[in-house]
Amino acid sequence: MSNILVNAPKTARRGAVIEIKALIMHPMETGFRPGPNGRIIPRNIIERFTATWNGAEIFAMDMSPAIAANPFVSFFAEAKESGTVVLRWTGDEGFVAEQRVDIAVE
Amino acid sequence: MTGRLLAIGLALVFAASYAAAQVGADKRRSGYQDMGEALQKMQDDDTANPGMLFVQLGGQLWNRAVGAADKSCADCHGAAAVSMKGVAARYPAIPGGSDRPVDLEGRINLCRTEQQKADRLPPENRDLLALTVYVAHQSRDLQIAPPYDPRLDAFRQEGAEIYRRRQGQLNLSCAICHDDNAGKKLAGIVIPEAHPTGYPIYRLEWQALGSLKRRLRNCLVGIRAEAWPLDAPEYVALELYLMQRARGLKLETPAVRP
Ligand code: HEC
Ligand code: HEC
Repeated sequence: MSNILVNAPKTARRGAVIEIKALIMHPMETGFRPGPNGRIIPRNIIERFTATWNGAEIFAMDMSPAIAANPFVSFFAEAKESGTVVLRWTGDEGFVAEQRVDIAVE
Repeated sequence: MTGRLLAIGLALVFAASYAAAQVGADKRRSGYQDMGEALQKMQDDDTANPGMLFVQLGGQLWNRAVGAADKSCADCHGAAAVSMKGVAARYPAIPGGSDRPVDLEGRINLCRTEQQKADRLPPENRDLLALTVYVAHQSRDLQIAPPYDPRLDAFRQEGAEIYRRRQGQLNLSCAICHDDNAGKKLAGIVIPEAHPTGYPIYRLEWQALGSLKRRLRNCLVGIRAEAWPLDAPEYVALELYLMQRARGLKLETPAVRP
């Protein structure tokens, strides 16, 4: 299980632009650093972050080794209909994490 | 300069006297006040402060049974919001049946080994930091309140001596930077007053949560002194002195620092 913190409004007016912020625990190991034994620590990063609202993609980004550990993402979306926003992170070593947020649109 | 020294002298007098610390003429500054606005906002927002990820993890570990005793912290201590409130504000302290002080990490490790019958967690281990930050977070916004235990006096005194002793190839003492030159800049960074208000901290330079001990080791390496081994009593002595010096300041755990 991953440690994730999400900040999104529980309710929004129809048509309003809302901000969704998400923070996830992840080492974002670059693959360029030598470990204590002098050998390179294998790369272990999140490669992609996506957000869908009732199944339709509203935001996506690729991540690179230059992004710091425990990455924080903030993006905006238009509140069209009540439903579930699914945030999803995928990466090296089969990493998958998901967080669902329900937003009621009035 | 003289004014500055006087102010710090006064601050130390306040630190030494609980009654005086109450009067509100306190000039002491947490490292928080010396950070830029962006970092202060990051620390203040519980969904942007990366330290809160570790508080969340600590809460999960709090409820997980481990060791030969198959007990979780919660099995004995119940809700941390009740049982751990104010605890971090009075550590390091001397645990029952001992005559030497331990810091909060050390106290948690005692429960790991004696109560849970599990392995001792090594210094800076992620789970140890997460448990520590979870326990310390229960004291956020409470004033630092070191215990009045005369057995601690000698250790505090030792900490004060280390604090004022010149060491390392740069031949500097903690006091030269953190008392005499606090508020001035060192290579573009404001020198803070070194109050342990937010530990464990999320330090952006580390990209990780880290203990007060790790912070102290950074300062020792900075003056090119040889850092004591991780289990050395010198750290606990320094921590005791720093907590005494910060008596009355509010805990911020988990703090964000650059
Ligand atoms: C050469 C000056 C210098 C010396 C000597 C020095 N420090 Fe520091 N210390 C700093 C600076 C600069 C920072 C802040 C670094 C940063 O923010 O990146 C700092 C940070 C700290 C902090 C963290 C404060 C906070 O807000 O979290 C503590 C605690 C501390 N030092 C304690 C000590 C102790 C104890 C010693 C002696 C063993 C010591 N320092 C020696 C310059 C020094
Ligand atoms: C089997 C019961 C038991 C378990 C399990 C246990 N503890 Fe304890 N804990 C105690 C007792 C008893 C004390 C008081 C010991 C004393 O006063 O000497 C204590 C003291 C403490 C203190 C110091 C409290 C104070 O007021 O100074 C902390 C902090 C603490 N425990 C944290 C933990 C954490 C974190 C865990 C899980 C990793 C844990 N404990 C697991 C029994 C337990």
